[in-house]
Amino acid sequence: MTGVSNFINIGERTNVTGSARFKKLIMEGDYATALDVARSQVENGAQIIDVNMDEGLLDAEAAMTTFLNLIASEPDISRVPVMIDSSKFEVIEAGLKCVQGRAVVNSISLKEGEDAFLDQARTIRRYGAAVVVMAFDENGQAETAQHKFEICKRSYDLLTQKAGFDPWDIIFDPNIFAVATGIEEHNDYANAFFEAIKLIKAVMPDTHISGGLSNVSFSFRGNNAVREAMHSAFLYHAIPLGMDMAIVNAGQITVYDDIPEELRERVEDVLLNRRDDATERLLEIADKYKGTGEASKKEDPKWREQPVEKRLEHALVHGITDYVVDDTEECRQRAEKPLDVIEGPLMDGMNVVGDLFGDGKMFLPQVVKSARVMKTAVAHLLPYMEEEKRLAGDTSAKGKVLMATVKGDVHDIGKNIVGVVLQCNNYDVVDMGVMVPTEDILAKAKEEKADVIGLSGLITPSLDRMVEVAGEMARQGLEIPLLIGGATTSKKHTALKIAPEYDHGVIHVDDASKAVGVVSKLLSTTASDYLGEIDAEHEALQAGDSRTTERPTVPIDQARANAFEAGWDDYTPPAPQTAGLTVVDDMPVSVLREYIDWTPFFATWEMKGRFPQILDDPDKGETARELYDQAQAMLDRIEKENWFAPRGVVGLWPANRDGDDVIVWTGEDRKTEATRFPQLRQQGQKSGGKPHMSLADFVAPKGTPDWIGGFAVTAGPQVHDRAEAYKAEGNDYDSILVQALGDRIAEAFAEALHARVRRSLWGYAPDEALDNAALVAEKYRGIRPAAGYPACPDHTEKRRLFELLNAPEHTGLTLTESCAMWPAAAVSGLYFAHPEARYFGIGRIGADQVADYAERKGMEIAEIETWLAPSLGYKPQPGAVQPPARKIA
Amino acid sequence: MTADIERHAAERILVLDGAMGTMIQQNKPDEAAYRGERFKGHPADVGGNNELLSLTQPDMIRQIHADFLEAGADILCTNTFGANAISQADYDMTDLVYEMNVESVRLAREAADAAATAERPRWVAGGIGPTNQTASISPDVNDPGYRAVVFDDLARAYGDAARALIEAGADLILLETIFDTLNAKAAIFAIEALRDEGLPVPPLMISGTITDRSGRTLTGQTPEAFWVSMSHARPFSIGLNCALGAGEMRSHVRTLSEVADTRVSAYPNAGLPNEMGGYDETPEETAAHLGEWADAGLVNIVGGCCGTTPDHIRAIAKAVEGKAPRPVPDKVRHMRLSGLEMFEAASAGQQNKGAA
Repeated sequence: MTGVSNFINIGERTNVTGSARFKKLIMEGDYATALDVARSQVENGAQIIDVNMDEGLLDAEAAMTTFLNLIASEPDISRVPVMIDSSKFEVIEAGLKCVQGRAVVNSISLKEGEDAFLDQARTIRRYGAAVVVMAFDENGQAETAQHKFEICKRSYDLLTQKAGFDPWDIIFDPNIFAVATGIEEHNDYANAFFEAIKLIKAVMPDTHISGGLSNVSFSFRGNNAVREAMHSAFLYHAIPLGMDMAIVNAGQITVYDDIPEELRERVEDVLLNRRDDATERLLEIADKYKGTGEASKKEDPKWREQPVEKRLEHALVHGITDYVVDDTEECRQRAEKPLDVIEGPLMDGMNVVGDLFGDGKMFLPQVVKSARVMKTAVAHLLPYMEEEKRLAGDTSAKGKVLMATVKGDVHDIGKNIVGVVLQCNNYDVVDMGVMVPTEDILAKAKEEKADVIGLSGLITPSLDRMVEVAGEMARQGLEIPLLIGGATTSKKHTALKIAPEYDHGVIHVDDASKAVGVVSKLLSTTASDYLGEIDAEHEALQAGDSRTTERPTVPIDQARANAFEAGWDDYTPPAPQTAGLTVVDDMPVSVLREYIDWTPFFATWEMKGRFPQILDDPDKGETARELYDQAQAMLDRIEKENWFAPRGVVGLWPANRDGDDVIVWTGEDRKTEATRFPQLRQQGQKSGGKPHMSLADFVAPKGTPDWIGGFAVTAGPQVHDRAEAYKAEGNDYDSILVQALGDRIAEAFAEALHARVRRSLWGYAPDEALDNAALVAEKYRGIRPAAGYPACPDHTEKRRLFELLNAPEHTGLTLTESCAMWPAAAVSGLYFAHPEARYFGIGRIGADQVADYAERKGMEIAEIETWLAPSLGYKPQPGAVQPPARKIA
Repeated sequence: MTADIERHAAERILVLDGAMGTMIQQNKPDEAAYRGERFKGHPADVGGNNELLSLTQPDMIRQIHADFLEAGADILCTNTFGANAISQADYDMTDLVYEMNVESVRLAREAADAAATAERPRWVAGGIGPTNQTASISPDVNDPGYRAVVFDDLARAYGDAARALIEAGADLILLETIFDTLNAKAAIFAIEALRDEGLPVPPLMISGTITDRSGRTLTGQTPEAFWVSMSHARPFSIGLNCALGAGEMRSHVRTLSEVADTRVSAYPNAGLPNEMGGYDETPEETAAHLGEWADAGLVNIVGGCCGTTPDHIRAIAKAVEGKAPRPVPDKVRHMRLSGLEMFEAASAGQQNKGAA
């Protein structure tokens, strides 16, 4: 994989000091089998493989060279980087001479003094590799947190100042030692490691932390249950502090929450050195834990007594997977060929689902569950079908639809839903996922011989991407229709901007339930009639365009003269209690779930209606209640099993208004500008003395001390990982559910954090006490507008905010080139505290303001016009500059 | 000179010259021409040893440089593609390596200085080819662990060539047509050693080759992984040349422009070779591609490789004239590693329970 990863799994089986089997293979010269060990590591998810040949009876230099040369000929192994692991620098250097990729050296240290350390470091840099540094100096291995830190800091200064290393290419190994050895001095070893991480990350935040995990449990050799518990608990405490790598056998870690309560408590007593008798207490119970078992219960209701076809239909309609494999197998044994089971009882059942859905008697969440049952059944039949394939010929899919979220965009719930609905209707769907480059979409469409391409996108710049895809389809001579969907897309944009690029059908599909109808028309014999209708529709929109796009605006000077009066004479802005950056990692899902606004959650599932009234809706109520229960059940798991790791960062800074800019100062002396947040101002015609609003109006001009805030929060990258894992299992229902909940948790985080800002961090409303309904109704003082939303529609402002917040480092959030946040379950925005601050829409703005805004931002006019396209009250000059998304691409 | 080229590169897209080999072929030198007076009695055949022509036919090489300058090239690449001990062993001419490099720089320098003006300097890039050996692949299918050439051999050969180029006064070093990244790593290693000796090492341009439509180098790396493996050189530019025509090269150049926090160069062949091994793409066709890349903001330096003539360079220079160079992105602050593919670590310090 080439994506960004958090905790890095390093395969440790190709290490003669750690694996008796690997050592035996190397000693016997059985390199072929040794390569299999490496291969299985990569197949099992190792992102880096550690290679160590330090064995007294071995010519380690020769063995390292031979093994790495052999790996080079095995693409399925050498696709991942190598960690060249040796205590002898000659062996490391021999290894570095064999790898074309960028490796990691493990390790160097100050144990032979600074000169040797620098020599080795400079040599490594010439070969181009990252480096692991042990907390080891002339006096030996560091045992206390302070000593570990001091050695790391000294190493860091030498590496960055004298050897030319970048901080992020440095990995510290602050020594994991065995605890519970019976020797009192060892009791604090794990704690010292944890403390050392904190000290290191505070001063050297860009560096990485690794460690040899199995050392910690050395005293419990032979008792794997206890060792696994110790390893998991150790990581559980070390990872949040910043440990992001470990050399560990994945088979030697258990799920933290699977550790029995009693064992976990005593293990943690030992690791955290919480009591003097911790070791004895762990020894007392250690023998008890040697095996674990899980039991599950099943019930057998009445519908099981019906004939098998009816049972399958029932399972499909009600989304029950429990018996579907058995029932499918029963049908298969009776059927002439496995395909008959699909075309017979399963499709019959799905047709019932399709009819109920078409009649509005079933709702999307239920249909997605039906699809899960269908997929399970088909998966069971697949091996039989493969066998039959030569006899049976091709499958009977109605057509192939290629789907992708365009490059720069990360949102895909809607696309996933459309994919599921199409699959339910027996279309073959190839889903390329998110952030897919244009050329990959085209290449895949050709490779798969797709009949239709469907594109999805949620943020404004994605619109340009879609135009690009359409243009490229024309350029490469494709003749298949293109579907456009997603929150920012519209029939009008499709007609005006995308359709003119491509002549073989561009259709905007605004909700999932319409997708099947559109695709079936496109693939029918009357497709050309349908495309004719679409073309006529587009032409009508194109004709109407000239009348509607241009909106009258007042000159920007006039709008500024009619600004909102915030009454600075009668109001003293409150100073924050905690100025500067605050990283927030103490808002677990257990807290955040109370803050969820459920109405948008139902909207995601195409169930429109307010919460909680929707639960009692005469038509949708039953499905809504079921969906709500499932969501709560999943939230319980998310909470108890710690699926998500929400993180956020808040910044509160001295600020003043300067024209329509908000200046952020570097300090309270208000002399040096840290940055500016340029704001836009309404420019429409106003009546009745209403002001032309701008967010800048909520900040005091120079002379009156005022402050502004910013924040970025995320539910964590695990949301996406979970969703992908579910999808890989064919469980689209839970995949969509977990994504929808991730989005809700991120929004809830923003709500909860805003409350904390009001009550304590900024602290201008210390006594505020609102329940969730009141919060959802925004019955509080202050606002948190987000870049890309109506009051500040410019997505690129996230770049300044992210920089100021150091958001990538503090939250793991990054921006794509289209300024979408990744992971997608995220919210960011500014805080304004003025009592009359409120949300509004900028509406359409004029060319005079755009030119001024471009200059204030230091951007080309044409570039900012593409970002602000939906807000322009005029038609930009075409063709002056390419859209920014393309420039970067 | 270094500050100078950085300033010019920030202002416009720089143009590299076209194919030295193609132009030499057009002159149709025979064995006698390659030998000249000086090597009449050399025991081995030397026909095809293009670098020898810098010693025996200096006027021909100087004229080729002059033609490319006249067409609009900003940067000349010296006639030194095979001027290293490993390649010259085929001709039994390893003892001439230093002289070939020095003379080749001198010829390019003379031509460049004659064309340069105060507003429009011209630069000489000392070219270093990939050699004809690979450190990552065994020539013996039955013994995949064997290597015909190893890192230290390559580092020695590259170091000698680079020393000569630098001592002769090249403005840039161009490591080009890299099909095995490990070879290039040996070159970087050797050049860094020269820097430690105190030699004034000029900015480094690095250019790899995607050999076929697999989209990978001969030794299997993706363009991203190739860049990551070269990034420690902190080069003036990273890019691609040779093997593919512009049409096939575009998506790989685009990939590099997305991941690389340095300038991006591209000098494709004039299309894919035809049945006769020639190149058919017209100057207009090649230039149309490169002009579009400039519009798309993909490149900082463009030029031509096999099959490109002064007419191609003229059309390319015209196609990119007045177009903005790709803005060089901010430094990437993540640990990036590579095997055949890129691996990027998240920025440090995040909470994650992914291990369990």
